[in-house]
Amino acid sequence: MNNYEPPIFELSGPGKIGANLPRLDVPQAELPQALLRDDGLPGIPELTETEVTRHFTRISQRNFCIDTGMYPLGSCTMKYNPKVHEEAARLPGFAFAHPMQPEAQSQGALELMYGLQNYLAELSGFDQVSLQPAAGAQGEFTGVLVFRAYHLDRGDTERNEILVPDSAHGTNPATAAMVGMKVVEVKSGPRGNCSIEDLKAKLGPHTAGLMLTNPNTLGLFEQNIQEIARLVHEAGGLMYGDGANFNAILGIVKPRDVGFDFMHYNLHKTFTTPHGGGGPGSGAVGCTKELAPYMPAPVADKDGDRYYFRTPEKSIGRVKSFWGNFGMLVRAWAYIRTLGAAGLKEVSDNAVLNANYIRVRLQHVYPVAYDRTCMHEVVLKGQLKEAPQARTLDIAKRLIDYGFHPPTVYFPISVPEALMIEPTETESKRNLDAFCDAMLKIAQEAAEDINILKNAPTTAPVRRLDEVGAARKPILTYDRARFRELRGEHEHATPDDQLTVPSY
Amino acid sequence: MSHYISNTEQDRAAMLKAVGVAEVAELFEVVPQEVRFPNVELPKLLSEPELLRELRRMSNLNANAQSHSIFLGAGAYNHFVPAAVDALLRRAEYYTAYTPYQPEISQGTLQVIFEYQTLMCGLTGMDVANASHYDGATALAEAAGMALNSTRNKRTILVTPTVHPQYRQVLRTYMQGLGVRITGDENVAASLDDVLGQIDDGTAAVIVQTPDFLGQLHDLKPIADKIHAAGGLLIASVDPIALGLFQAPGAAGADIVVGEGQPLGIPLSYGGPYLGIFACKEQYVRRMPGRVAGATTDLDGQVGYVLTLQTREQHIRREKATSNICTNQGLMMLASTVYTCLMGKTGLRTVAELCYHRAHYAAAEIAKLPGFELLTPAPFFKEFAVRTPKPVAELNQLLDTRGIVGGYDLKQDYPHLGNAMLIAVTELNSKADIDAFVAALAESSR
Repeated sequence: MNNYEPPIFELSGPGKIGANLPRLDVPQAELPQALLRDDGLPGIPELTETEVTRHFTRISQRNFCIDTGMYPLGSCTMKYNPKVHEEAARLPGFAFAHPMQPEAQSQGALELMYGLQNYLAELSGFDQVSLQPAAGAQGEFTGVLVFRAYHLDRGDTERNEILVPDSAHGTNPATAAMVGMKVVEVKSGPRGNCSIEDLKAKLGPHTAGLMLTNPNTLGLFEQNIQEIARLVHEAGGLMYGDGANFNAILGIVKPRDVGFDFMHYNLHKTFTTPHGGGGPGSGAVGCTKELAPYMPAPVADKDGDRYYFRTPEKSIGRVKSFWGNFGMLVRAWAYIRTLGAAGLKEVSDNAVLNANYIRVRLQHVYPVAYDRTCMHEVVLKGQLKEAPQARTLDIAKRLIDYGFHPPTVYFPISVPEALMIEPTETESKRNLDAFCDAMLKIAQEAAEDINILKNAPTTAPVRRLDEVGAARKPILTYDRARFRELRGEHEHATPDDQLTVPSY
Repeated sequence: MSHYISNTEQDRAAMLKAVGVAEVAELFEVVPQEVRFPNVELPKLLSEPELLRELRRMSNLNANAQSHSIFLGAGAYNHFVPAAVDALLRRAEYYTAYTPYQPEISQGTLQVIFEYQTLMCGLTGMDVANASHYDGATALAEAAGMALNSTRNKRTILVTPTVHPQYRQVLRTYMQGLGVRITGDENVAASLDDVLGQIDDGTAAVIVQTPDFLGQLHDLKPIADKIHAAGGLLIASVDPIALGLFQAPGAAGADIVVGEGQPLGIPLSYGGPYLGIFACKEQYVRRMPGRVAGATTDLDGQVGYVLTLQTREQHIRREKATSNICTNQGLMMLASTVYTCLMGKTGLRTVAELCYHRAHYAAAEIAKLPGFELLTPAPFFKEFAVRTPKPVAELNQLLDTRGIVGGYDLKQDYPHLGNAMLIAVTELNSKADIDAFVAALAESSR
């Protein structure tokens, strides 16, 4: 089933079309000759619907996905995506509503958005939610802009530093830089939490805020969170909560209650809108009433029975066109209404239990980064006592041969050879056991014959790929000559003519 | 337990025992007690049939392309989407996978990205494209950021007033902390020549939209020449559907091309998720934001694909990255890839021609109505502005009763036009639809 599928451009045949289009039923108007393109659309292939469908079906089979197996990618919350959500988002009043149609013609969409804002606010303890940001990273960007606007509005013009723990996602420092802030790194302490001593040393009159993920990327709850928030607030800064790991604390604790001023929710993680092979995400944001006037425009609101969009009075502006990734909002709404408050708490209960179960089953072979109860994910090290030559990358690639998607690897960067495992609540004990058995078997294999790991994967559609070569001589678009060269550079290259004739 | 959680009570008991706790609550003892297990009040939960009934109720409150005939555009367009697009989008292999971090088991997604990049370069006439941005507006804002990083000591971005108003707002949001001057659109009545006259040594880039917000097509060549002479870049924001018929911005000299990819096979979906197209000249590739796939070979010499040039990105470069973007619009990129392949050269050209001819037919018919006047100068593509004898909001209310979603009210964004409606016509508006729309306009303005 894992046959090579050529680039679609090699399947093209002149004059073919894959769509049945309407016919022209009005008189032809004169075309502006000088502006017409005359290059014949190079690079656009010509195929029938049959061929296009088969091509994309065939290459889809070269993907691993949640529906085929456990996907314990740490920090990404790869939980099951309910099928009813796909039906919901395709209802005609959602899928085919125009974003610019008048509010009077959009009351259902606005009602759904208003409801979702309230549900997310209730889960986090915040006063105002905006559904506009398109992804977690854009939620972060929104938050740091809000912090900046808040300080400036108070005449506090010197606050140009964002504090970021060394275990943070790369998006945190990248975001701060996009807002023109200086990034100041805070070290982790001996138990994997933010070091209070280092934090105190870095706080000051330039502090705009601290960006903190809680539970953090080590899968650990910051037990000093209230003290951290107090220190940041005393220094005049604000607390940003990166909600990437919100799946651990639904109904367990509200971020507002421990001192956060602002957070983003990853609807594509916690609220299971599909990851789509890398998006679309949805990075709704919530904040306290003090920050609400600066929220991005617009937010959904209600006046009597009528729903409408409102621009907060000191808004930082728009962060994207229209109203957010609405299709994702429908799915998140459906998820919350399906599970309710008790069901969402069960989500976190089970996510955390599953991660701890993996921890205790593996930590005697794979050293745990911090030996304590974890939250929804556990960070282990691919440092095997019996096989010191094994690398985390090898372990990850060998897991593929056992039918599992590897965990997140080499992150957080503060942990050497990190394996960050997030099983999520939707995996059963049976699957967790199978995963742990595979991990233990791999450790055994590593001790017996390291080449088993170094050669892995052997059952995937391709073997390890030359990433260095890809970066050194980038081939970023299809070019017939370069593909020939690519295939010809190697001893065992398949003859070109064989590749251009599809094998179906 | 819900139907999404697969552990039985026995499973949980065994796991708790293995972990060494009596109940799950013990795992959360690290959370400060006074805030642990708060009261959360959410509406009562719904069974699947109840859920769908409630969602259908809300869905039915929205006008949509199945209940109405749509003549509204303004950045989102009701184009035909072949059934094969959604059929492929609904393959779990695509929609329940994530970013291809493990290339050996993500070749499907990676090959789609690679093919998408190739298709976008073909359409725009550019050298390289990334794996997409959130939407056209954010792609434009990131293009401005890239232009600033690519031109030394230039801190002004010149933007024409006929760039989508929301895109200009997003541009300002993105630039607000960076000490950048954004100018050119203060007077929304300013002509393109007025704005281009402001180009100077400090101009990092000029941003032009074609067809512009009011529908007019522009020749990018003279604009490119002007900004290049001053050492700045041309950022062109385009409608990919127009590229089936009209000038490729790359051939005309654009340095960065961005656009809203929604017209390429993505449903209206009340504004999202959409797709930000981003393509540029090869010389800027290492400053380009976003994910990029490249072709390579595996240990056996088999061709495969990987994410590449990652040293530009946040997970490696952190605060020195070209952008904070990580997740993009993967599934929407798949939709536009499948759409573009289904259309092919002939289909893309046919769709563009249908839009062009029907829009011109509609414009001519509306211009005949008393009190209506065509405001967009030729040449235009699928959208045009008309002056209306009554306020647009009033007309749209009446049109709604005829099952028509009327055009965009230009009053807020372009007050100098007076009562003016921006009308979009696509291959989905048949002659009969157009005739009914024209008749309803005539009736409503009496």
